[in-house]
Amino acid sequence: MTSVAPVATTPGGSTPKKSGAAGRPSAAAWLVAVPFLAFVGIFLVYPTILVLFGAFQDSNGGLTLDNLTTLFTGVVFDAFVRSIELSALTAVIGAVFGALLTWAVAVGNPEGMLRRVVVAASGVLAQFGGVPLAFAFLATIGFEGLVTKFLRDNVGIDIFAGSAWLFDLPGLTLVYTFFQIPLMVIVFLPALDGLRPQWREANASLGGTSWTYWRHVGGPILTPPFLGALLLLFANAFSAYATAAALVSQGSPIVPLQIRGFLTGEVVLGQENLGKALGLGMVIVVSIAMGVNVLLQRRVAKWVR
Amino acid sequence: MLKRGNVTTKLIGVGALVLAVAACGAPPAKETQTGAAGTAKSASDLGGMDKLVEAAKKEGKLNVIALPPDWANYGEIIKAFEAKYGIKIDSAQPDASSQEEINAAKQLKGNDRAPDVFDLGLNVALANKDLFAPYKVSTWDDIAKELKDADGAYYGDYGGFMSIGYDAAKVPAPTSVKDLLKPEYKGKVALNGDPTQAGAAFNGVVMASLGNGGSADDIAPGVEFFKQLKQAGNFQPVDPSPATIESGQTPVVIDWDYTNAAQTEKLKGKMDWKVVVPAEAQLGAYYNQAISKDAPHPAAARLWQEFLYSDEGQNLYLKGMSRPVRLEKMGDKADKAAKDKLPKTDGKQVFQTQAQADKAKAVLTATWAQAIG
Amino acid sequence: MGSLVKQRVLRTVVLLVLGVYFILPLIAMAEFSTRGKGGSRSLESWTSIVDDDGLMEALVNSLLLSVTSALLMLVLLVPTMAWIRLRLPQLQRLVEFLCLLPLAIPAIVLVVGMAPLYAWVNYFLGDSPLTLTFAYTILVLPFAYRAIDAGLAAIDLKTLSEAARSLGASWFTVLWKVVVPNIRVALIGASLLSVALVLGEFTIASLLNFDTLQVQVNLLGKRNAGVSIAVSLLCLLFAFVLLFALSYVGQRRRQTVVEE
Repeated sequence: MTSVAPVATTPGGSTPKKSGAAGRPSAAAWLVAVPFLAFVGIFLVYPTILVLFGAFQDSNGGLTLDNLTTLFTGVVFDAFVRSIELSALTAVIGAVFGALLTWAVAVGNPEGMLRRVVVAASGVLAQFGGVPLAFAFLATIGFEGLVTKFLRDNVGIDIFAGSAWLFDLPGLTLVYTFFQIPLMVIVFLPALDGLRPQWREANASLGGTSWTYWRHVGGPILTPPFLGALLLLFANAFSAYATAAALVSQGSPIVPLQIRGFLTGEVVLGQENLGKALGLGMVIVVSIAMGVNVLLQRRVAKWVR
Repeated sequence: MLKRGNVTTKLIGVGALVLAVAACGAPPAKETQTGAAGTAKSASDLGGMDKLVEAAKKEGKLNVIALPPDWANYGEIIKAFEAKYGIKIDSAQPDASSQEEINAAKQLKGNDRAPDVFDLGLNVALANKDLFAPYKVSTWDDIAKELKDADGAYYGDYGGFMSIGYDAAKVPAPTSVKDLLKPEYKGKVALNGDPTQAGAAFNGVVMASLGNGGSADDIAPGVEFFKQLKQAGNFQPVDPSPATIESGQTPVVIDWDYTNAAQTEKLKGKMDWKVVVPAEAQLGAYYNQAISKDAPHPAAARLWQEFLYSDEGQNLYLKGMSRPVRLEKMGDKADKAAKDKLPKTDGKQVFQTQAQADKAKAVLTATWAQAIG
Repeated sequence: MGSLVKQRVLRTVVLLVLGVYFILPLIAMAEFSTRGKGGSRSLESWTSIVDDDGLMEALVNSLLLSVTSALLMLVLLVPTMAWIRLRLPQLQRLVEFLCLLPLAIPAIVLVVGMAPLYAWVNYFLGDSPLTLTFAYTILVLPFAYRAIDAGLAAIDLKTLSEAARSLGASWFTVLWKVVVPNIRVALIGASLLSVALVLGEFTIASLLNFDTLQVQVNLLGKRNAGVSIAVSLLCLLFAFVLLFALSYVGQRRRQTVVEE
């Protein structure tokens, strides 16, 4: 796959102790990063600041902290807790099953049909959401869905005997994994491809087993990209809006739906700034998740040494 | 290891760039909203209907928003307007709520894609009067006084009553709101949206209240009804749409009568979808038409209003099973065949005032989440 | 070897279970879109798709958008990320955070901030839906960053670039001839995600009143439920075929790289 066989140094990505030839990068070195930073600064940071600024305003334009204090009370706080639960759960499920699927594909023929099909399908399904996905799920496992009817008529099991769980967190979890797993495949595959078969052979020739391979070679190399993918899946589920909006029409159990209610509700007006405050809350949660991820990476790196 | 000094410099650089962009403010306005068409308060201000049509044709385009094709027959109305005047209509965001229409107007201000006209629920219209350009259509006097703003900023265009639509093959005909609590309706009843967010759903709860001993002032029996509906397992928290109705996922839908009746027409042959307005709970409401102050096509916007309030436009509304605001004054000019098809509403008709609606909202927001949760 | 058999079994089980899980909802969609009057099967929903001309124009717009967004993303991200790994490690965390930020803010909130910006963009660049490129590139950053990062982590970037530089290559050559071929899989993955995202994105295009594929599909769905599901399924199949074909694009280049 590569034209130059790399020297087996520490897995790439760790910060080099000496950065290249010079100790401190020159001014010219910064220039390369400017286009990217300028673009992101204008099209991402600026809109974000505009919105977050609104979080501190009340409906007359004056400054207030009321919106922020509401974040910790009642329905809004519950929504945050539930959002975090849902995102963490679907991130872990998506990461584990996604990693399994990626592995099943990666050990196969790199030019083979299976790999091409799974990769293309994953690319498509990773972004499949909103109204069509909600409809597809209702058509499969809703009250009148294909699977529900089949189970009820042929096997005698009524999966909704207890409650209408489809529109609650369990249902949302099931729906979210539909795009979490493919996303994991796309994002994790390059990492699995980086595992050289020679390393496995070297491990075997030194008398190691499958367990020692994964413990000393595969695991340490794969953990940083795995944790990074986990973080992406968490953030993806946390901000997923279109699918939940299409599926859950009563109540707003998760944060994006709460925001929808505040920004677009036509019954109770004048709550846009509260919606923006929730946006600020979301940014904070994702930043914390990122911080946790960094800590985990460092912890794992130490444990592996 | 982390050269904090350099990172800070970079951040400051990015920040400076951001502030520079922010200082620019809004781009210069393109269209002349202050031109003749932009400030005309009636057709005569422009020199008569012909001049209005001429100015509108010159603009050549109209941006409408939040008009689903099967809502009060807007699909046909849009096509009729395009055919009659040769003006292309761009129908954006058919799913938008009234508040989203206002959001779009604010966010797209100065843009050629900004909405020209609005179709709003009453409370949103009241709250945003400063965004509208007052304009009185030629049939202004036919509109009842309580349904229009004195300056012509907004006025009712069509209305209807809250109804129960149902699949006659799957469930028995409900004769009253309380019927929906029966076991035959288990897992089948859906409400069009969240009442704390959507106007149609809010009115659905008020109707339920009327059918359970409440009144326009008292929404609590309605909330209690839905709580019982949920406990009985009859309530389905799915958002009904033409797709869910056709696929059988929502066999019973509480929504405006014209929305439900539109489904009856569409599904003829595939499904027997019937509509009934409960006799003891006839809750009606009108939607309101308004022109945007910053409309990119002001003459076309005014022509659209004239069209909607002309006999032709009002009859198209009637064809969509809604009650056009000029219905009483139209007399013979109204399309009799369509008028006969309207769901029956004899007896006491209730129209909530804004004060009653505000009181109901307060009660609803406090109690809905616990009742349904 | 017993472990090889175990590996095979595990692999088959995983592929089967997950295959069924993903296929079922698609089958349900196909079943609904082929329902005819009175319980029969009919292709009416599918054939009436071609009757809509707005759809074709929206489709072309979306395809062009996916190309421009993918290109802009690659041009911005790949050199920057490679450079940061080599020379500016201090920026690593900042870039990672910036590339995760679009996911922290739901689209309906982001549009509130982007709308005034787009007033300027449309003032300078006109009203074409192609101006959505900027917004879409931002949206795809989180996914593309993660894919490219995994790719860059799997190769020994420092050694490769130093070897190439010591042989006299310019930085551009290093990037184009050394880095890019080695992270081919990651780049293709990032482009796949970008194309799929653009073809499936609805919220921002709709709230800014642009006419893209998903906006048109949504409008179509208002008129006819069967058609809307048929179109959604068609979009999925179309994107699938596109991405499948894309996987062959990298292969041709491969022949020129493996020369030893």
